[in-house]
Amino acid sequence: MAHQRLPVTIGHFRQYLALINNGSGCLHRTVSSYTQVHAKYCPIQYQSSRRFGLLSRSMQKEEPELTSVRYNVQRGNFARISSEDVAVFEKLLPGRVIADPEELVGYNTDWLRMCRGNSQLLLRPKTTEEISEIMKYCNAHNLAVMPQGGNTGLVGGSVPVFDEIIISTSLMNKIISVDEISGTLVCQAGCVLEALNTHLSDLGLMMPLDLGAKGSCQIGGNISTNAGGLRLMRYGSLHGSVLGLEVVQADGTVLDCLSTLRKDNTGYDLKQLFIGSEGTLGIVTSVSILCPRKPQSINLAILGVSNFENCLKALKEAKGMLGEILSAFEFMDSPCIDLVKANLQLTNPISDMPFYVLIETAGSNGTHDEEKLNLFLEKVLGEGIVEDGTVATDSTKIQSIWAIRERLAEALLHDGYVYKYDISLPLANFYDLVIDMRERVNDIATRTVAYGHLGDGNLHLNITSPTYDHELLEKIEPFIYEWTSRYNGSISAEHGLGFKKKDFIHFSK
Amino acid sequence: LCCVVDQESLLVSTMKVLVGVKRVVDYAVKIRIKGDKSAVETANVKMSMNPFCEIAVEEAIRLKEKKSAKEVIAVSIGPKQSVETIRTALAMGADRGIHVTTDMRTDQEVQPLAIAKVFAKLIEEEKPDLVILGKQSIDDDSNQTGQMLAGLMDWPQATFANELTFGDDGTISVKREIDGGLQTVSASLPAVVTADLRLNQPRYATLPNIMKAKKKKVDSKALADMGVDVEPRFTVTEVSDPPTRQAGSVV
Repeated sequence: MAHQRLPVTIGHFRQYLALINNGSGCLHRTVSSYTQVHAKYCPIQYQSSRRFGLLSRSMQKEEPELTSVRYNVQRGNFARISSEDVAVFEKLLPGRVIADPEELVGYNTDWLRMCRGNSQLLLRPKTTEEISEIMKYCNAHNLAVMPQGGNTGLVGGSVPVFDEIIISTSLMNKIISVDEISGTLVCQAGCVLEALNTHLSDLGLMMPLDLGAKGSCQIGGNISTNAGGLRLMRYGSLHGSVLGLEVVQADGTVLDCLSTLRKDNTGYDLKQLFIGSEGTLGIVTSVSILCPRKPQSINLAILGVSNFENCLKALKEAKGMLGEILSAFEFMDSPCIDLVKANLQLTNPISDMPFYVLIETAGSNGTHDEEKLNLFLEKVLGEGIVEDGTVATDSTKIQSIWAIRERLAEALLHDGYVYKYDISLPLANFYDLVIDMRERVNDIATRTVAYGHLGDGNLHLNITSPTYDHELLEKIEPFIYEWTSRYNGSISAEHGLGFKKKDFIHFSK
Repeated sequence: LCCVVDQESLLVSTMKVLVGVKRVVDYAVKIRIKGDKSAVETANVKMSMNPFCEIAVEEAIRLKEKKSAKEVIAVSIGPKQSVETIRTALAMGADRGIHVTTDMRTDQEVQPLAIAKVFAKLIEEEKPDLVILGKQSIDDDSNQTGQMLAGLMDWPQATFANELTFGDDGTISVKREIDGGLQTVSASLPAVVTADLRLNQPRYATLPNIMKAKKKKVDSKALADMGVDVEPRFTVTEVSDPPTRQAGSVV
């Protein structure tokens, strides 16, 4: 057995044997391929026992396994970073080149702690010109790069797979201009979404998208992944709100499509290709985006519903009676509430029900909105579509009710390892997938929760287990993708393909 | 109350609680000053119930649930939109409301002494056994109304309440938050209590209660008709922003 060649201490060896005996056979595979990887790829020489220590620690949730180890991937024929390369970058970006492995761990690991790359170098440019120079150089010297924004992506697309050079846009956070009348914002790609919202709110404007990751995600990344979020049903997708982009292509060419015009039908609309291409066609460096007016009056209702058909009835009524003031329609099932109660100690504002819908209205006239909302609530309560609920009008209560939905992803992480799926399905079959999946994995998973943007037909199905469990993964995939494909759904509604889903694109396209 | 016959059971079965609720600029909204620096901008700004008033309402409802109180009346002094604030209190569980209408600015012109006098007048009519107010409102931060009301009525006052319990002998015991820690006082009824932050966690009004609240009675009277002297005792000459923070420097 390969492990005899591992120079480990007796203690570690015993631990390793125990793991082999308990768990899946795949663990053995990963350890033996791990030693091969160690020999071939790691330029920085860790002690073998320390590396093994890393592996056993990864089972204890300290650091996830290297992507190159856990998944069957081959490194492309790219050059390796040399000290000359580092010197060139140092000259180009003085003080903004990071090579310290300790500092790099955060940039190498994704938010879900599922993927970990092995990059040795992080570059932090401040301007488009710097990115252009970096790309020219890397292109000429066959060096692989990994553009990174807020590193909040959920499909492993924001971290390196091997030793790609990370180009972080975090220092490109200038707001260039805001036109208050047209609502056009022009800024650099590294601006954090929440920071943009704060700046805009002083001018009575807001960003046309909103997601739980707003405190860290950057607009360049949002655009590169065509982020959807909570308010897509009201403000539309980024394909509609982005007016212009400035992009640096792989060879360093700066493509200036940074228009601020709302209407411009002169030729091919090239920016559309970059929106949602996940950085494969170019690095977004500047953005021009149309911002709606900040609503004066916001109301949020959380309603308890006894079955899924009633969720759909509530959606229909909401669209009809709330119409243009409807700004978000989310749903959660009861395991979601159990999850946030257990892991984040949040309280349920209403009684425990099988399903919950969150309905937000946003408008310019409070009285008008409240009247419409009241009529809607009277109807759904009166007809028994909804059985319980509460309405919040003051900001503190609105924020605490939204927190229940927005912090679900965070709460899931506390369980250990999350198998995260983001599916678009026809509403008629929407919840059937959840029922089938729960039946399939209930005995080995910690929990299966379902929530999502019901208004957009977008389901977030999440399964958790204490640690990465290959057996559980095999039960989930490709079953979930085949199921989705059968109903002509999308295997990635808004999260993108990244690293984790790129091999499954054929299920939907 | 100077009734001598079975005072305790009388209190338990008929105790009326009056709660003040004020409509103020929402706690989470960034405050703006009007261009002429005369006051805070309130046009087109989100307004909500004062957080301390919400805590006061919650406490009153809990007293009703514990059967210590029979009726909870929510009172608000303000423009016509203040009736929404009363409706919120009704949705939480208050039984009826009294809306004293005025177009004077409730953050500057109608001052705590005037409010206390209005409450004193209402007390004459309603004869409550307990008045619970928020300790202060977040727009003027006066922290005076409860104390002035107790003074006008010659009633005991228990301010900054952290905990409120009913004794068997018709008295209340209140833990107060003071600089040095917690102080417990006991008072006979009727009394004025002002609510502090940690008194309770206000509930979410349930949908059925929100619907029921629309049918509950809210009496309306004009401030000018109440025969109370509400003349401001001081005028606000200027409202301005605090100076902007200077960037720090590395030492």
